[in-house]
Amino acid sequence: MTMLPSSLPPKKLGLVIDLDICVGCHACAVNCKQWNTGGHSAPLTDHEPYGNDVFGVWFNRVHGYEVDDGKSGRAVYFPRSCLHCEDAPCVTVCPTGASYKRGEDGIVLVDHDKCIGCKLCSWSCPYGAREFDEDEGVMKKCTLCVDRVYNENLEEWERLPACVITCPAGARHFGDFADPNSDVSKMSAERGGYDLMPEMDTKPVNKYLPPRPRQLDEKPNQLLDAPEKGFLGWLDKVLS
Amino acid sequence: MTPAYSVIFFTTASGAGYGLLFLLGLFSAIEAVPADPALGWMGFGLSLGLITFGLLSSTFHLGHPERAWRALTQWQSSWLSREGVLAIFTYGPTVLFAYGWLYLGDTSGVWAVMGVLSALGAAATVFCTSMIYGTLRTIPSWANKWTPFNYMVLGLATGAVLLNALQNLLGAHSQNITMLCVGSLVLAWVGKIGFWKVDPMPYKAGSATGLGTIGEVTSLSSPNTNATFVQREMGFQVARKHADKLRRISVITLFVIPIILTVATVFVSSGLAATFAIHALIFTIIGIVTERWLFFAEAQHVVNLYYGDHRS
Ligand code: SF4
Ligand code: SF4
Ligand code: SF4
Repeated sequence: MTMLPSSLPPKKLGLVIDLDICVGCHACAVNCKQWNTGGHSAPLTDHEPYGNDVFGVWFNRVHGYEVDDGKSGRAVYFPRSCLHCEDAPCVTVCPTGASYKRGEDGIVLVDHDKCIGCKLCSWSCPYGAREFDEDEGVMKKCTLCVDRVYNENLEEWERLPACVITCPAGARHFGDFADPNSDVSKMSAERGGYDLMPEMDTKPVNKYLPPRPRQLDEKPNQLLDAPEKGFLGWLDKVLS
Repeated sequence: MTPAYSVIFFTTASGAGYGLLFLLGLFSAIEAVPADPALGWMGFGLSLGLITFGLLSSTFHLGHPERAWRALTQWQSSWLSREGVLAIFTYGPTVLFAYGWLYLGDTSGVWAVMGVLSALGAAATVFCTSMIYGTLRTIPSWANKWTPFNYMVLGLATGAVLLNALQNLLGAHSQNITMLCVGSLVLAWVGKIGFWKVDPMPYKAGSATGLGTIGEVTSLSSPNTNATFVQREMGFQVARKHADKLRRISVITLFVIPIILTVATVFVSSGLAATFAIHALIFTIIGIVTERWLFFAEAQHVVNLYYGDHRS
């Protein structure tokens, strides 16, 4: 059914993405591709992977932004994947029931046997999280690694999304946002985790943590001020 | 948004087809047009032909056309599904209505009820088509009341121009249909003026990334070297100067010329009136296809904010 679950799912699984920590290495995107091309939504097809017209399905894309804060400025790396929205428009627009949100944990998935490839869901997603597989004629998207997080064939410590487990900086975290005591809930509350484009009314589950203010910007470079004491004070006096 | 030709053909053809069906159903029920067999054959042939070819062409762009029937299942939440269900439902009363008209020469009583049901089905189907677009918050220029208004009134207007051409071809001139033609074209023009006034992108990269609270956000490095599916599908943007020219072309061919030609049919001989009415139709076709191409080509999707559209 492409109706959203009638009651709130008991679990709200999702990711926290820490923009303060992400270094923009694309490891999450690459490991996502590697795992998922053999996983629930396999394959993630590529056209001309070694040619000039590279074109393929990815579930995670890492942007880089320049944010002009009027001070020293900063570069922010920004991974973008499905946010497993509570009010997922991609689910309600789907005419076939192929797109659905799971009642038990809120994961948004596509049933590839039902999808007719009308692409309307990709139009309705504000975050560009869905990519059409031209070869299979069906829509694909981040599965929140549903085939890892419940996978009893994996060691317990491995039961995390591929992007989370591979991040060398520890910028991605997985957990249950319905539980206020989970790590992700606490982290998001402490650091002011926010929703992307709240004006779209999608109620994303994934939260982004803002870059921390920098000490550099709080306390401007001391050397630029006239110091009064010590060696620099003496130098300042001599020079002025 | 990248304009898909199958969708342009579907929405314009089915819009005109349903507009014509609406008018046939309603006008014959109130006995404003006679159950003339020639008008019936041409009218039903054209409207059902346009609707059916339109619906078929809309399945061409699907990844799995053979599964299209599945699109009838989610009518509780999806406007696309509702459109499909209503399109199929509408065939029922339409076939009965056509049977009464063409084989029994009767459009009264129960056949009139079938006519009204066909008209309602036609209007409801076009409304559902429009709401597929009108409910997409991701495309601000579509997500407003002008979208359903335009689809409904343009369907009516193109249907009216078609009916006017058919009637004049058959040597019958109806003042009512002429007035309806002009009235609906003027209304549709007003609708387009309103539609074009909507701000196509009131959102900013600052809100898309959430980084706007820190400062102005500019794209520094794109995640990909070549365009992704999302950029191919949603990234298309017609140049402003071309869009302005195409808007003018669509206004002239869809509204100005057909209105003048239709008004002129009142004042000339019936032979010339038919020529005018057919030319009005030809210009309307050029105009509606241009209008629909622009509807997609001018639409801006919020996902482009992630790729550097609209700073801060
Ligand atoms: S991010 Fe997009 S694809 Fe994912 S649930 Fe939200 S609307 Fe759907
Ligand atoms: S592309 Fe597939 S999943 Fe998306 S709306 Fe169409 S049928 Fe549903
Ligand atoms: S949760 Fe899994 S599918 Fe989703 S972005 Fe991470 S690795 Fe990819």
